Amino acid sequence: MNSTLLLRRTITKATTSSTNLARRAFATSSSDDDESSLVKTALYDLHKDLGGDMVPFAGYSLPVLYKSENGGVMKEHLWCRSDSKSSLFDVSHMGQIRWFGKDRIKFLERIVVGDINGLSSGSGCLSLVTNVEGGIIDDTVITKYDDYVYMVVNGATKFGDMEHFQKQMDEFGGDVTMEYLEDSMQLLALQGPGAANAVSNILPSGFDLTTMAFMTGSETTLDGIDGCRITRCGYTGEDGFEIAMPAEHAVSIASKLLEDPTVNPTGLGARDSLRLEAGLCLYGHDLNETINPVEGSLAWTMGGPTSRRRAEGGFLGAEKILKPDGKLQKVAKKRVGIMGMKAPAREHTEIYDASGETKIGEVTSGTFSPCLKKPIAMGYVDTELSKVGTEINLKIRGKMQKAEVTKMPFVESRYYRVPE
Amino acid sequence: MASASIMFANATRRSMFQAMRSSSSRLSSFGSARLMSTYYTPAHEYCKVDGNIATIGITDFAQAALGDIVFVDLPAPGDEFEAKDSFGSVESVKAASDVYAPVSGKVLEVNEALTDEPALVNTSAEGEAWFIKLEMTDESELGGLMGADAYKEHCEKEAH
Repeated sequence: MNSTLLLRRTITKATTSSTNLARRAFATSSSDDDESSLVKTALYDLHKDLGGDMVPFAGYSLPVLYKSENGGVMKEHLWCRSDSKSSLFDVSHMGQIRWFGKDRIKFLERIVVGDINGLSSGSGCLSLVTNVEGGIIDDTVITKYDDYVYMVVNGATKFGDMEHFQKQMDEFGGDVTMEYLEDSMQLLALQGPGAANAVSNILPSGFDLTTMAFMTGSETTLDGIDGCRITRCGYTGEDGFEIAMPAEHAVSIASKLLEDPTVNPTGLGARDSLRLEAGLCLYGHDLNETINPVEGSLAWTMGGPTSRRRAEGGFLGAEKILKPDGKLQKVAKKRVGIMGMKAPAREHTEIYDASGETKIGEVTSGTFSPCLKKPIAMGYVDTELSKVGTEINLKIRGKMQKAEVTKMPFVESRYYRVPE
Repeated sequence: MASASIMFANATRRSMFQAMRSSSSRLSSFGSARLMSTYYTPAHEYCKVDGNIATIGITDFAQAALGDIVFVDLPAPGDEFEAKDSFGSVESVKAASDVYAPVSGKVLEVNEALTDEPALVNTSAEGEAWFIKLEMTDESELGGLMGADAYKEHCEKEAH
């Protein structure tokens, strides 16, 4: 990696404008966003050339879809799950951070719930950043390397996260350094059954993808460019990769990938419908600071019932989530999957019990599934009514529609498994 | 024309009244192309008027902006709406959009084809994919709507 360490001073300077960006990212009426105040990723012009319909997201200007022959949310979504094909997403808005210092693992286990110490070199996991109440500040994919830990956080929350990390570092006091890679490094996601084939075009010869397990990563050259990274992970339920490269080479690498006719540029619209089919949460909608990992049906991020982190706790808010014996504290609501309704049920749709008389929760994400050709949703209901198969009602446009609690993912995931 | 004269010649007062009604409907069937008009709203609904029946849907401009339509929520025959009331919604994967009554009236018919084939809105928004037929209660409301030229201009402005 050639980026110089961007230390506390840079982070502190970033916070004044950062809080504005973080707040605006949550604002739903994006019509107030001034196009000129949005950050452009390195691929902005390329997106426009490809017919990208640019919208504000997390303070950046990103394509929600492409106006092209294979574009539109529906076509882009279906392409991603098609045999031999893959979808290319610009996710450069997300926050890439590297952690250094001899106390980095100890520190990280204070701020996230996962077993970071137990990760082997090059391995990663999905984890959650918590606050002192046990509420979720962000979800993140963390990959451990020999000399540092690599972490990717959400674009809309990255500056708020880093402010939190800074405060925690001040309290912790040990040898930890946080390096925010800023927009000097861009990030692309390539997802789909054809992703491995497509990415092999830019990997060095001899890079063996057949033995690269899901949730592992390595530093690498991409299309001959040094200082890049590849992680086999994603947000669609398909096999896929997230690739990071210096900003000045992002366009050439993306263009090289797009030369392959099986690769389709894909926007935020399809990204959202794909992750929802895969049962994956979108922070700010399905997760927020008032929700803890157990409510979010994400207790697994803390490890199994007998795991070290469950027994030891040690992350912020652990005592609010775990009993002293490591068992989970009971929660009043749980995140569930929902299907069966005739009309799509969007965020904030009220959920009622089978009789239609008592409100028991709310939808936090919903869409019409392009693959299943029916509405799917994710939401929170009272714990007693969260079992799969429970009959519920959704109040859509003033009318009660029957639905039921279902398991997730809605569409089966096809994460890569290394052959035995 | 000849048949209308015979009807007048043979009429009693009441049947003359009936004859005038039926003759005027014959006149309107001759001139139906002239008497049918299409009106538009700023929110991109169209309203094709034939007598006191309004056939309502969303315009081609609207369907292009919405993207692939996956679901259409329609009212039931007999439902009544005031002008500007939402009478249903049209949805893409990404979002739901309300559709508003251009004029007040009672729903006579809803287009069942859209239940099975919502994508018809994309291929034939202003033809086969009409949403509802309304029996208008106040034709003067049409005066507040746009004609084809004004609507075209409105779309050009919106597309900046």
